[in-house]
Amino acid sequence: MDFPYLSIIVFLPIIGAILIALLPHADPRRIKLTAAFFTLVTFALSLSLFFMFDQSLEGAQFVERASWIPPLDAQYFLGIDGLSLPMLILATFLGFIAVLVSWKIDLRVREYFAWLLVLETGVLGVFCSLDLLLFFLFWEVEILPMYLLISIWGTGRKEYSAMKFVIFTLAGSAMMLAGILLLYFHGGTFDMMELAGMGLEGAISTLLATAIFFLLFIGYAVKLPVFPFHTWLPDAHTDAPTAVSVILAGILLKMGGYAIIRVCVSIFPGVSQDYAVLLVALALVNILYGAAVTFRQRDLKRLIAYSSISHMGYVLLGIFALSQVSMTGATLQMFSHGLITGLLFALVGLVYNKTHVRDITQLGGLARRMPIIAVVFSVAGLAALGLPGTSGFAAEFLVFLGSFKSTLVDGIQTYAILGIVGIVLTAGYILWLLQRVFYGPAKAQYDGVPDADRLERFTIFSMVAVIMLIGIYPAVLTDIIKTGVSPIMASLGL
Amino acid sequence: MPSGVPLAIFLLPFFSFIVISFVIRPFLNSKPQLSGYITITSIGTSLILSLWVLAEVSSAPGHMLSMPDYEWLVIGDTVIRFGVTVDALAAIMLIVVTSVSLLVQVYSQGYMHGDPGYSRYFAFMSLFTAFMLGLVLADNLIILYVFWEGVGLCSYLLIGFWFHRPAAARAATKAFIVTRIGDFGFLAAILFLYFKTGTFDIGELHHLALAGAIGGTVLTWAAIGVFSGAIGKSAQFPLHTWLPDAMEGPTPVSALIHAATMVAAGIYLVARMFPIFASSLTAVTTVAAIGGFTAIFAATMGLVMNDIKRVLAYSTISQLGYMMLGLGVVGIGVANDAISLEVGLGLGVAVGIFHLFNHAFFKSLLFLGAGSVNHATGTFDIREMGGLRKVMPWTYATFLIASLSIVGIWPLAGFWSKEGILDHAWDHQTALFFLAMITVFMTAFYMFRLVFLTFAGEYRGGNAGHGGASAHAPSLRESPLMMVAPMGLLAILAVISGWLPVSSFLGGKSESFFGALAHPMAWVSMVLAGLGILLAYALYSARWLSVESLRRRFAPLHTLFSRKYWFDELYERVIVVRVLVDGIFALLNWFDTRIVDGVVNGVAGGTIAAGRVIRRLETGQLQVYGIAIFIGVLAIVACFLIFG
Amino acid sequence: MTVGLEHFLILSAILFSIGLYGALAKRNAVVILMSIEIMLNAVNIAMVAFWRYGHLITGQVFAIFIMVVAAAEAAVGLAIIISIYRSRETVDVEKIDLMKW
Repeated sequence: MDFPYLSIIVFLPIIGAILIALLPHADPRRIKLTAAFFTLVTFALSLSLFFMFDQSLEGAQFVERASWIPPLDAQYFLGIDGLSLPMLILATFLGFIAVLVSWKIDLRVREYFAWLLVLETGVLGVFCSLDLLLFFLFWEVEILPMYLLISIWGTGRKEYSAMKFVIFTLAGSAMMLAGILLLYFHGGTFDMMELAGMGLEGAISTLLATAIFFLLFIGYAVKLPVFPFHTWLPDAHTDAPTAVSVILAGILLKMGGYAIIRVCVSIFPGVSQDYAVLLVALALVNILYGAAVTFRQRDLKRLIAYSSISHMGYVLLGIFALSQVSMTGATLQMFSHGLITGLLFALVGLVYNKTHVRDITQLGGLARRMPIIAVVFSVAGLAALGLPGTSGFAAEFLVFLGSFKSTLVDGIQTYAILGIVGIVLTAGYILWLLQRVFYGPAKAQYDGVPDADRLERFTIFSMVAVIMLIGIYPAVLTDIIKTGVSPIMASLGL
Repeated sequence: MPSGVPLAIFLLPFFSFIVISFVIRPFLNSKPQLSGYITITSIGTSLILSLWVLAEVSSAPGHMLSMPDYEWLVIGDTVIRFGVTVDALAAIMLIVVTSVSLLVQVYSQGYMHGDPGYSRYFAFMSLFTAFMLGLVLADNLIILYVFWEGVGLCSYLLIGFWFHRPAAARAATKAFIVTRIGDFGFLAAILFLYFKTGTFDIGELHHLALAGAIGGTVLTWAAIGVFSGAIGKSAQFPLHTWLPDAMEGPTPVSALIHAATMVAAGIYLVARMFPIFASSLTAVTTVAAIGGFTAIFAATMGLVMNDIKRVLAYSTISQLGYMMLGLGVVGIGVANDAISLEVGLGLGVAVGIFHLFNHAFFKSLLFLGAGSVNHATGTFDIREMGGLRKVMPWTYATFLIASLSIVGIWPLAGFWSKEGILDHAWDHQTALFFLAMITVFMTAFYMFRLVFLTFAGEYRGGNAGHGGASAHAPSLRESPLMMVAPMGLLAILAVISGWLPVSSFLGGKSESFFGALAHPMAWVSMVLAGLGILLAYALYSARWLSVESLRRRFAPLHTLFSRKYWFDELYERVIVVRVLVDGIFALLNWFDTRIVDGVVNGVAGGTIAAGRVIRRLETGQLQVYGIAIFIGVLAIVACFLIFG
Repeated sequence: MTVGLEHFLILSAILFSIGLYGALAKRNAVVILMSIEIMLNAVNIAMVAFWRYGHLITGQVFAIFIMVVAAAEAAVGLAIIISIYRSRETVDVEKIDLMKW
């Protein structure tokens, strides 16, 4: 067997967490350094996978397979393909960023970083698992640390928000588990690759296939989130600590999109096609409704949370436009949105840290006080509104382009045009936000508010660099993503 | 010519941006003047290279150089390439952009001297120049769109350059959003064309359109979509409201971006896509109608503004309307088969772009003049000025030349291109021709209203309180050489640019120097212009007529014009605030918190309430549970016996 | 009349019912405990009868198991009851409601 890269990547953070939990009389600084070290190594390893990944192959690479629960034929089956590799890199990168963003945490430091690392293992496991039961297990692993991180280190109505998050996710998981079991009973295996390849749809009745599809879809839709299952998101974001917001927006939402492609569309291409129009319409509701509601938010974090809902609509649109370009675009949009919104949340955290205000109407003129944060915030905002040269444009453009070209969904062009309206609205609320928070005369109450310090600058600049890199040369990722998308296209008959 | 030259033209200013923002601003901030030098050097080199390109193009067959292109993105059978297109149109635009940009940068050295954002200013200006050059060189719609948004970004950044002023911040946001509404149509049109033809390449699209391979309705919709982008960028009606507000930016920015180059990108786009437009009568009629209407519509507002830059802004909108009109009427001729296709395609571009070419010089000169006046008086309000002819002779002379040029007096630059437009309007769309003629009169009036109020009469005070580069204490004297020299060069160009064979180079025809005077049209328009100047003289210099009584007589019209037809109120207060933000969005927000989240919380609350009731069944008495179990067992046994 | 399996089973059922009634209806914890013993022994009778008539050795084995469990249960149960009596001064099960909402 080859070197078990994936197992190491997945379990390194949890080893770090155990180490942090057991570290004798550790001072906070050593804990933070340990956490940073483990996440950085994880990131470096996943980046090395990026270079070792064979872009000419479709299907999973770096496969690790071992029997796990023999009576159920459940396996410990890890592997990555073109879809999961970008997600893996994103997750490990943001995991590292999240540790840096948390540098100023001083409440129960040991537990905080331990849980943060456990959380990372959970999400990494989701992106690497190719066995549905293992996938489900990792999916659930992430809930507990999230609950604790929000309810202990959060602000505002943190217990309410944490509970809401858990209940929503568990309700979704229940549906998903039912779907996974049905898949197992009818397909006879938990192996995703095998399920996708066996043409299960033809073997079972349409009604059953549709039922399984929607059970799974709702489970993932809660995570993405799709209207009307989205209301946990603004609450959780608003009350979560900064790093958790970064991870929540940057990675957890992507688990939903990733799973929809990996499970729903891969295993049920026919059902996806039958209901594509409905789901694309739902995507538009997400885009436009999310954007409309965003305009009314006065809390910085809440505003960005709602904008996430709008942006994840593009992911859904790209997936169910069912063309290679659009699905590549959707995956790229997940990556790009993870970075952009992660960065925005990190910046909001910085602003809040320094001013202790998140209400937009009370902020103003901060560009004079914190020029670097203002510049980076502007870059992130412009990336969010899809300005060319940033990853946001590349991703959204591919989604639109792919949707226009899609041959499988009737009237998709009209939906795509409506989707473009979304980018006008996005421009509206982002620029309005920048104007209200950063421009205008400097306010006296923010005199002496410091700008980003060296560590903070490193954090936000590194994210900007990746955003620009993907924006200027998206082929870095799309060449990989398309190898993951092509098998799905083949199953759709394209 | 090496194929890297066009690329270098774009990359030089771009590197200037990189160097300024990543080297000079962080590490050499104590020597900001370096930023200016780097910008000027790079743009100057670009200008030289552009001249080289121009020379190569003019000697190339068909005025077209083929350039290699590169793959940018390949997904399945979708290939997005990028490459440069070098033809007559691009070459002319390169010259316009680099030359005006260079002169404006030199001028800015004086104008922006001592501003704390000096390096930032030149970084943005370099970036803008790079993007604008990229836009001109782009050979496919995607890359063009990328740069199209890029120049919009720079415009946003530079309008909001003095971001601490709320008006500037507001204007920047407004400019970006309004143009983006137009870009929505543009992007949709790009995708739509790709959907129908499978290519982004402009040259290929032209071939397909001319070969009739694209359906008529498709072309019409695509052209209108592209045109909506042009409407936004070139501030045509009904998306014109952002440009006057954009005057909040530094004046050289207005000269370069909001007069000479970026706003002309809309014209360039229509010219670049002209074969698509000319294949659809509906599309060209729309272009001509919007252009003609905007010309007179903006001019009416220019009549009554008191801010020198705003008058110039409305004048810019009006002149851009002329260019659209020129493109549109020739297009109408082509679509009606009144002009043959081979002639018409070159002719349309020539008519529109020739005016763009001339306009770039005299309008940027006017703005630089306004900046120079502001430098001395500290205000842009013409009611506060007056009598500056004596103290600022150079500014006065150049401003006067530019005004005569824009009004269209023979033999200055504006005359030549404006005649071309009027000629073709007369031939193909008479109604719009009359609108354009009235506009000639109005243009003359408002330009000379500016000239007389600013430079004639006695000085009326100025204002030390606010104003452009407010670092200087306003003192009435001529601006430094650094600022006057570029103005002088532009004044020369404003005189002679019309004599250059630009029109014939682009595929149109050129008038002989005196031959133009043989047309009656030339005399009609010059007489109209003369009347406009005379009226301005009568009102504002000689004071034969009272401005006040005139204003009182036309009070409703005056209100209408000075309130800008209430478009700002309509868009901002009514549509954005009342209808959208406080209307639909508020409703949806209410729906989200009360209904969607209400259901969620309702389910939770319902569960708790149900639990409160149902938990009474749990008495805590083990014996009660035992009875329940016993009954349950009995029930199972009964079922077993009955259904067994 | 010979005594057959059914007689033992009827006896067992009657004893079980008596025990069940006592366990569910009585208030005194000691009586409940005794009733449970009756139920267990009713089962024992059935077990032994099955062994006798069905020649199933498991019946006898289980009967012995049940006796052991019953003894243990009686010991633990009585200990708990005594302990409750010491602290609450009552063995009335309706008054022992510490765990109730």
